[in-house]
Amino acid sequence: MKQPSPSPSRLGALRSLVGRFAFLALVGSAFALMLLGKADTALIERLRGMVSDTVVPALEIVSRPAASVAKVIDNVREMAAIREQNALLREENERLLRWQAAARLLEAENDSLKDLLNYVPDPRASFVTARVVADTGGAFAHSVLITAGERELVEKGQAVVSGHGLVGRVAEAGKRSARVLLVTDINSRIPVVVGAGRLRGILAGDNTDRPRILYLRTPGAVSPGDRVMTSGAAGAFPPGLPVGVVSSVEETAIRIEPFLKRERLEFVRVVDYGMTGILRDVTASDGPVGRNR
Amino acid sequence: MRPNLWQRIDMFVRHQVPLVLTLMLLLISVVPSHAAGLTRIGPMLALIAVYYWAIYRPDLLGIGAVFLIGVAQDLLTGTPPGVAALALLLTQAVVLSQYRFFNARSFAVTWWAFSLVAAGAMTVQWLAVSLVYGTLVDASAAFYGYLMTVAIYPVVGWLLARVQIAFLRDV
Repeated sequence: MKQPSPSPSRLGALRSLVGRFAFLALVGSAFALMLLGKADTALIERLRGMVSDTVVPALEIVSRPAASVAKVIDNVREMAAIREQNALLREENERLLRWQAAARLLEAENDSLKDLLNYVPDPRASFVTARVVADTGGAFAHSVLITAGERELVEKGQAVVSGHGLVGRVAEAGKRSARVLLVTDINSRIPVVVGAGRLRGILAGDNTDRPRILYLRTPGAVSPGDRVMTSGAAGAFPPGLPVGVVSSVEETAIRIEPFLKRERLEFVRVVDYGMTGILRDVTASDGPVGRNR
Repeated sequence: MRPNLWQRIDMFVRHQVPLVLTLMLLLISVVPSHAAGLTRIGPMLALIAVYYWAIYRPDLLGIGAVFLIGVAQDLLTGTPPGVAALALLLTQAVVLSQYRFFNARSFAVTWWAFSLVAAGAMTVQWLAVSLVYGTLVDASAAFYGYLMTVAIYPVVGWLLARVQIAFLRDV
């Protein structure tokens, strides 16, 4: 078999050498970036903020038609089941009305008890509502980009909620955009309370749909169906935000099904709990450690 | 005959088509699809583009550009920086080193080869992410994402071929 003649010129040899060196240098840079990402999270966060600020205006335009198409498809699908759904909703409405009456009663009772105890009320939370324009990451990271940033007083560490419950927290905020780390992401750690016994634990994502609860003092007291809420410990999050329900209790792991519906996220609210002063100290002192598990 | 200024500008702009297109595909891949179950296993459109241009116009998407695309993907999607850059660089290197194999192959063969290269790229990413986090991360979503990427290859490949014919036939 005849070999194709190799380029005889020295220039060609030099070129391939330079090419090989450039390739190795870039592969080395990729590894260096991985190290840098672990060492200097602040720099990477700034870079991420810059990238998201750049692309969010474009994404805002592109994501609207995508959302409308999804809505049309949804509508058609719902049409088919409209009758049964109506019956279900009516039933649920009745049940909820009963709950409402019970809640009103408890609220009044709670208020009067708080009066008796001279209870110091929680700080008032304010909200910023933003559109979700990108669901990024796919398999290796669970985060979304939203159209509110420092301009709208969104800051790193704030809780993000949707109609269903807790979505996640702001991982980094750019000027006009922010990245929200979902509760299922491998970097997500949220102090929660479980069930009626209000057992404290940490909800830790692991890039699956079912995050785990860690550091429960009495794991035996938890059973499937228990509600999970934010605890407000460490002042990072407002207490009482619904997170999900316990879905499985096993020897190795207690997993929950979050109320978060990732594919349904269109608008979210960023909660400013008026505790940003505390928060900033918290994130400044243990931010990098906290992010890297 | 030397090309005049306008011809040179025209050529320069046309030569940026692969890079711009790849970045656009990257943006499209993060647009929320609102389809149940699809959000976690979105296809890696940038990987398809890097593979395609490495076969058909390796002169127009150099390793520097591929590295930048990878870093952009990492910064945009929230994966540890450097992970996608590494996977895309290796993808391109594999294709370039096998250019004799890819020369004038049928579409089916190219698709089959993509399924192998993409499997390698996904594995590299999975390993790199696991390395950075110091634990073996869940691989099932990566596997479905891989299947999705291979499944959508014909569509994206066809689109890229149309663009190549339209803009880059004689330059």
